Amino acid sequence: MAIHVIDDKCIGCKLCQKACPFDAIDMDGKLAVINEKCTVCKVCIAKCPVDAIFADEKDEDASGGIDFSAYKDVWVYAEQRKGKLMNVALELIGEGRRLAREISDDAKVWAVLIGDKVEQLSQECFEYGADGVYIVEDGLLGQYTTDGYTKVFTDTINEYKPEIVLFGATHIGRDLAPRVAARLNTGLTADCTRLDIKVSSYIDYANNNTTLDTSDLDPASDERGLKQTRPAFGGNLMATIVTPRTRPQMATVRPGVMTKCEHAAGATGEVIKVAPVISAEDIRIEVLDVVKSAKELVSLTDAEIICSGGRGLGDPSGFELIKQFADKVGGVVGSSRAAVDAGWIDHSHQVGQTGTTVKPKIYFACGISGAIQHLAGMQTSDIIVAINKDPDAPIFEVADFGIVGDLYKVIPEIIAEWDKADDMYDATQH
Amino acid sequence: MTFKIVVCAKQVPDTNEIKIDPVKKTLIREGVPSILNHDDANALEEALKIKDKYPDTHITVVSMGPPQAKDLLIECLAMGADEAVLASDRALGGSDTWATSNAIAAAVEKLGGYDLIFAGRQAIDGDTAQVGPQMAEKLGIPQVTYVKEFEIAEDMKTITVKRALEDGYELIKIKTPCMLTAIKELNTPRYMTVGGIYDAVAKDIPVWGAADLGVDPDKEVGLDASPTNVYRSFTPVPKGQGVMLEADSEKEVADKLLVGLKSKHVI
Repeated sequence: MAIHVIDDKCIGCKLCQKACPFDAIDMDGKLAVINEKCTVCKVCIAKCPVDAIFADEKDEDASGGIDFSAYKDVWVYAEQRKGKLMNVALELIGEGRRLAREISDDAKVWAVLIGDKVEQLSQECFEYGADGVYIVEDGLLGQYTTDGYTKVFTDTINEYKPEIVLFGATHIGRDLAPRVAARLNTGLTADCTRLDIKVSSYIDYANNNTTLDTSDLDPASDERGLKQTRPAFGGNLMATIVTPRTRPQMATVRPGVMTKCEHAAGATGEVIKVAPVISAEDIRIEVLDVVKSAKELVSLTDAEIICSGGRGLGDPSGFELIKQFADKVGGVVGSSRAAVDAGWIDHSHQVGQTGTTVKPKIYFACGISGAIQHLAGMQTSDIIVAINKDPDAPIFEVADFGIVGDLYKVIPEIIAEWDKADDMYDATQH
Repeated sequence: MTFKIVVCAKQVPDTNEIKIDPVKKTLIREGVPSILNHDDANALEEALKIKDKYPDTHITVVSMGPPQAKDLLIECLAMGADEAVLASDRALGGSDTWATSNAIAAAVEKLGGYDLIFAGRQAIDGDTAQVGPQMAEKLGIPQVTYVKEFEIAEDMKTITVKRALEDGYELIKIKTPCMLTAIKELNTPRYMTVGGIYDAVAKDIPVWGAADLGVDPDKEVGLDASPTNVYRSFTPVPKGQGVMLEADSEKEVADKLLVGLKSKHVI
């Protein structure tokens, strides 16, 4: 597959070159030339005013002899730590259920529990929507190790052949998934924020949320490949990735993005116990200790209100005011990458493409200019309040409420007035 | 015995500097500098720290990219690396993480033996964090990702690291040869020295194509061999314009905001 320029048609307008996110188009006089940086993202095709650019897609559906019909169902890696399921596992079961329904009426979503004595977690998986669970238990799997978990997960996939495998994009999911995908020689898409099966669902999503021109997509298509959408380029670009020639299709998904199923107490499902083949020699590292950090636990993904500070605070002591603000409103302290890079606050507070993705009810952006990579991690918040001295700061473009002013004067007033909000609002209603 | 370290580094656009044209909704790329990926600089720094302590250490930096990625390798040499190699070929273009790991693993094997491979956790342009573990898989060696503290025993055979978790860390012991991926917390990268720059530009940086690496463009590297393909791509849309709150005093602005938040039923 490659992008081609039709020499006779190209008028040398450079629109494609300007649009290319990968710097993959050079100008040879009045002719656009595709260079080796091209990823066939096809942005240039849409921009060309004279239809001089096209992609040949002759190998798009070639399965290379793999029998796709042997691969069925959606699997979710039900990540647990010390016998407790991670929230993202439940989110993915919810998403997996939605995807399974798009695949076919009889496709199922399975949770894969790996560990030592983890069977009791199946109930929680069923109650959050799993049709079944695979249980892979062994004394050697009590603690997560790349080697141990890769071996048993890969073996289980080879035996039962899922069509799709989803992992939470946690520090463990992002360690395990690439290793499993490499051993299976299949594709893996990192940090997805949206998944679709049906072309019609993808078109609906794209039309409602993006600038993508979907006129070349056929809503009646019966193609059922997983369309994996993720931010790339620091959130400057969204890319939808497919895995056309290999199975399973694998993705890691950002925590906090997908929606859990409604909790159904007492739900049950199918149980398949897998007897893993694993020995101590398979595990080439030794985990000496697992330490929970004593520092303040930042649960940005679960927070309903986040008060974030950025470079506009001026110095690290500004986070004392942000902390007071968060304490007052019952929120959690967040930050921009700039503040973390400056050493003002720990990375665990960072919101954005390289930090945590959040969608609280209210996001207060204080002294944050709104770099694309920050916006990528918070723009789906229900309400965004921006406080910034610079009226041209890009953060105001995504804000529901914008205040141009000195945050050191504005925030203390919000703190002081906070408890009076009910009365003030009631007064406006009479 | 010389302790051999391979550091994987990538040249990336500084994504912090990229902005979107508000009218055309396209990326504004002009003037965006190419830099040494942050996490990779941490990986190189840790390798250099080993060399500071144990001078009989040889550091080779491997990169894959277009010919201009040589600039980044010169920077790595100027920081103190001994040798650098660039994998560059049109046939490698469009590689996804699986295909990229095939190419770089082949380059590492071509270099001969190694005791330690150090890479950055992830690159800021793709943010996948997949190439390190996938290389380790291809090379058949164990890995530890998200390394934030590093210590090597005097016999140079055993390494103890802290692997960052979201809410703490794991203390892990691993034997060489192995693959580690570095995060920002690991160290503070040093600057190039004037003498280093002078020496670096004089050094030869071999450029290896697919044929040199012995990788098959139909099956192992490049766009056609990659198991993942881009289906569509687009720029994200900003949320609709909100309201700017203005008043004579900060107190009045705060009051307006609180009434506004109330009216949206979020407080």
